Amino acid sequence: MADPATADRPFPPGEYPLIIVGSGPGGLQLSYSLSRYGIPHAVISRDPAAGGMFRKWPFFQRLLSWTKPFAPAERSSREYQRYDWNSLIADDPAIRSLQAEFMDGSSYFPSRPEMQANLEAFAERAGVAVRYGCEWQATAKEDGPDGSTTFVLTTSDGVYRTPNLVLAVGVAEPWSPSPPGIELARHYADTREAEWYAGKRIFIIGKQNSGFELASGLASWASTITVCSPSPAKTSIEKKSLAGVRARYVQPFEDNFLGLGVKILDASIAAIVRDGDALRVDLKRTDTGEDLSVEADEVIAATGFTCPLLDLPGLGVTTFGQAKLPAVTPLWESANVPGIWFAGTITQASPGLRKHGIGAYSGAVQGHRYNGQILARHIAETRFGVAIDRPAVDQDDIVPYLLREATWAPELWHQKAYLARVISLQDEDGFRDEGILPVVHALDGMAEDVMCMTVEADGTGAIYPVVYVRHDGRLAETALPGHPLLDFETPAHHAALREALAGVLHAASAA
Amino acid sequence: MATREEIADILAGFALFGDLQTPQLLGVAGTFEEVFFPQGERVLRQGLTATGFYVILEGDADVQIDGTKRATLHRGDFFGEVSIILGEPPTADIVAVTPLHCLAMSGPSVESFLLAHPRVMYRMLQAQARRLRNANRWRS
Repeated sequence: MADPATADRPFPPGEYPLIIVGSGPGGLQLSYSLSRYGIPHAVISRDPAAGGMFRKWPFFQRLLSWTKPFAPAERSSREYQRYDWNSLIADDPAIRSLQAEFMDGSSYFPSRPEMQANLEAFAERAGVAVRYGCEWQATAKEDGPDGSTTFVLTTSDGVYRTPNLVLAVGVAEPWSPSPPGIELARHYADTREAEWYAGKRIFIIGKQNSGFELASGLASWASTITVCSPSPAKTSIEKKSLAGVRARYVQPFEDNFLGLGVKILDASIAAIVRDGDALRVDLKRTDTGEDLSVEADEVIAATGFTCPLLDLPGLGVTTFGQAKLPAVTPLWESANVPGIWFAGTITQASPGLRKHGIGAYSGAVQGHRYNGQILARHIAETRFGVAIDRPAVDQDDIVPYLLREATWAPELWHQKAYLARVISLQDEDGFRDEGILPVVHALDGMAEDVMCMTVEADGTGAIYPVVYVRHDGRLAETALPGHPLLDFETPAHHAALREALAGVLHAASAA
Repeated sequence: MATREEIADILAGFALFGDLQTPQLLGVAGTFEEVFFPQGERVLRQGLTATGFYVILEGDADVQIDGTKRATLHRGDFFGEVSIILGEPPTADIVAVTPLHCLAMSGPSVESFLLAHPRVMYRMLQAQARRLRNANRWRS
């Protein structure tokens, strides 16, 4: 019989074949997916329960990602995932698409507690075991005489050792810029209850979603709000992608141009100084070069977050950008230190093709949950020798299969121009379904000839399928037509795809 | 690496941005995204849709046409602008030959960026003129 103390706090310090650090959506998805391949592993987390950043944020209103309780697909189906940005992905229908179960119908954007309930339910029902209250504190690397590497993790509970380390620790460490007086500002992460700001003049540094979330949430309390950063902000509606400030936070823009208590400034901050009972923010405008000062009662730095990688840079893990993301391969392994992978929102470090400058959505659950599935499969195959099924595909089925995927596959819709349905061709083996993979990995990292079907957007509002073919050492890209109702299974699409694949299909027939 | 101020400092040392003052540089730094490519990864692919305009912050990249190396780009060099301006696929692969740390600007943003910063556009024109001159010398 299991010792209750051990069952309650699994994975005591020791040696494990693989260790995941983190119990947010990234860690939970990877742990579940690894378990489906039978990979033994430990999960440790400093948090008291599952949920990661959704145990704290967002402060106001609701998430930016939606879950439609009613959609054109059955809730337990794979196709429904396109309409549900927040649930984790499971093979077992009983634990699929859990988010809608926890929503009260007042909005199709879950509240933070509803999201937390969704993730806690997934962990419980899927049986994802986590050692909570175990904080990763330091890392060392031991190189064995046989060329093997062991990572040694010092934690609040003791020492762990593993050859395979996956960090799913989020991009959630508050980051502030460093102008003089920044210590007078409060970070977004330390924002108080809205009522506290009643009648106050608020100065918000930063024009990302978090800055406009505060501007929206405090609008009914603050007397004035100034939102400021050096570069102009654009909304997602203007950019026609999620790269802009989300539509939910458009109100401050309207208040700005109507002159109704919100000012949006393009300026760099020279200093924040105390001026009597108030604060004064000295600015240099980036549009005109003029100096400007703004008085405020409270300054909030909504300046983003970094990746808490602790001492990993000292082990050789290169990081980049303000968020200190790790430099990674297309399959999310450290580019410098093999054996360290990243899951969850950190997978945004792999940029993909960035077609039309539009990145992947790996920074959000609806994108990185698929990265987690792919990473589990990759680790299972390459590190644990698990045989991955690559079903044969009949040549006559390829065109309808790829178009069905383009029309319905949630992976392709949530990770546009980033994840692809990949079919390989080898002379002796015929066509094989390689599954869903990062398109960059398929095009650059696979030895076989490949066909990759993606769904893409070009920033004009158009959405359309694109097929990539690498055959006989040459790479070709064909954009298929769009469709007003997003149906890519029409006769015109069949004809266009048959033509795009003619060379590789003909070659297979000839062989 | 790297705060906006640090990026602005780095840009100040690159010829392309040599005419901009600090506030403008801070604004420019915020319009780019930082991206990283492991050694061996392709940034642009010959014949595929262009992705953006890149400035190398750190590292080297080869320019390869049909698999043959034609040039190597270094810190401060930029690429991708020709296919964005012409609306055509790149005519070469750009391959990271060391870990490559870049600033990237999306294709649709390039036109408005250049129009808003005519001194950068002029410097870019100078660089293109040099490349054209060198190509003509090579031919003759």
